[in-house]
Amino acid sequence: MAYSEKVIEHYTNPRNVGSFAKGEDNVGTGIVGAPECGDVMKLQLKINPANGVIEDAKFKTFGCGSAIASSSYVTELVKGKHVDEAMAIKNTAIVQELNLPPVKIHCSVLAEDAIKAAITDWRKHQEPAVESADAVPARTAQEG
Amino acid sequence: MVKLPIYMDNHATTPVDPRVIEAMLPYFTEKFGNAASRNHSFGWEAEEAVDRARNQIAALIGAKSKEIIITSGATESDNLAIKGVVEFYKDKGNHVITCVTEHKAVLDSCRALERTGKATVTYLPVDKYGMVDPDDLRNAITDKTVLITIMYANNEVGTIHPIAEIGRIAKEKGIVFHCDAVQAVGKVPVNVDRDGIDLLSLSAHKIYGPKGVGAIYVRSKGPRVRLTPQMDGGGHERGMRSGTLNVTGIVGLGKACEIAGAEMEEENRRLLDLRNKLQAGIFERLDEVYLNGHPTARLPGNLNVSFAYVEGESLLMGISDIAVSSGSACTSATLEPSYVIRALGVDEELAHSSIRFGVGRFNTGDEVDFVTDRVTREVKRLREMSPLYEMAREGIDLKTVQWKSE
Ligand SMILES: Cc1ncc(COP(=O)(O)O)c(C=O)c1O
Ligand code: FES
Repeated sequence: MAYSEKVIEHYTNPRNVGSFAKGEDNVGTGIVGAPECGDVMKLQLKINPANGVIEDAKFKTFGCGSAIASSSYVTELVKGKHVDEAMAIKNTAIVQELNLPPVKIHCSVLAEDAIKAAITDWRKHQEPAVESADAVPARTAQEG
Repeated sequence: MVKLPIYMDNHATTPVDPRVIEAMLPYFTEKFGNAASRNHSFGWEAEEAVDRARNQIAALIGAKSKEIIITSGATESDNLAIKGVVEFYKDKGNHVITCVTEHKAVLDSCRALERTGKATVTYLPVDKYGMVDPDDLRNAITDKTVLITIMYANNEVGTIHPIAEIGRIAKEKGIVFHCDAVQAVGKVPVNVDRDGIDLLSLSAHKIYGPKGVGAIYVRSKGPRVRLTPQMDGGGHERGMRSGTLNVTGIVGLGKACEIAGAEMEEENRRLLDLRNKLQAGIFERLDEVYLNGHPTARLPGNLNVSFAYVEGESLLMGISDIAVSSGSACTSATLEPSYVIRALGVDEELAHSSIRFGVGRFNTGDEVDFVTDRVTREVKRLREMSPLYEMAREGIDLKTVQWKSE
């Protein structure tokens, strides 16, 4: 199977690879997928608690080239967006941008799930009761 | 300097040796006759060429030339052996024994027999190196067993089964033993008598011959093995496989066998050196790489390794100027990781991370160096991008994590 130019480009020069420092404030972490399935995506979003705008994003992905490209693209896509807007991102937007073939659609679904998981995680930590003590990025995958 | 792309996937197929092409060429043009034409020189010439090829094929596996039936390839040979034996010996029994890591040509032939109610099939497990245990085989035999079909060497992990022992058990119990020897013939010494093989499948395109031609060896004595043909027609190949012979292809197969036989010893030494160099290079430069398959009972050109924390397809993508293959789900149509690697009990995650290198006749030491460099660099880059590598380095046991997946 041939890869689209955009997939190759993101795969070769992935944007925003990495993790935020442990304990950094206002970071939501979403980990989706499972190693047995051959794909695990970790997306971290740094979100301004005052206005709910995503200020920065980082990812790490274990998965095929399309999964890496999907997560790389998503980090660019969400930056500057309000969390509500980001929550509404559909995997089809990723499929379109990266020209993913049908067998690679699940990689884009994973990326969509990662956004939702990261924001859900951030929201959970925004609740006053659990605030400060729990601000470490989740170590285990999201249940949500 | 190496020329790119590099082909290192010689279990999938091999390039045709120039000496084989040369031998084939006249049979496309001036010597184009039908080997079944009995009354003119064109036919005789073709028949002679086929006879010569049959001798060359037989010599490579210690058989007699009349025991060689030409087919369109090993898939057909496997189908003919398995379905042909079960149909012919249906009054004797209906039980077949095979192994979980067989090629699809064998497994799906067995499934077809189960589906149509013609046979029941036992699928023997393999150990962590991919080897069947002869004791398991003994225990699986019933008085209804008519066929044992076990491959010589596995096409993914290269493990070589204890074939001679399996052959002895089959003989002892009077059961026909078919061996898919596609990956072994021409690579390691195969001898149908020493190994106790009654039926053997081989294919030209795995031994530097053309695609679409192969053969099946059918034992003629001690005991004589019978088959029900699966292709009806003009009665070619002693009635076992009708159809006008692919003379050019057969000439190519014959020549490929002759070369393989003459050069096997030297070639094996060379391939083993290259393979060991590749293996050592990778294992020295990377931590957490795991060998799949048997450490010693393995095809000389085979190296199958899992690179922990890196998904196979993404690695293939990163080394796109090198042709190798992966057991990753993402490279397969079914989105399941390789059933062969999983049958060895390898963790699912590591199954997704497996890469098969197949070093062959035309690979060089410089290519091995290049591949070692490219692969280790790409694995390191992808590990920096891998959440699993990060978690493992933080001391998190990945097996205790509750993963969320659909
Ligand atoms: C072990 C084994 N059996 C059978 C086959 C099928 O051979 P052919 O391509 O000649 O049909 C192959 C090749 O893919 C193989 O590796
Ligand atoms: S992660 Fe498996 S196909 Fe993309």
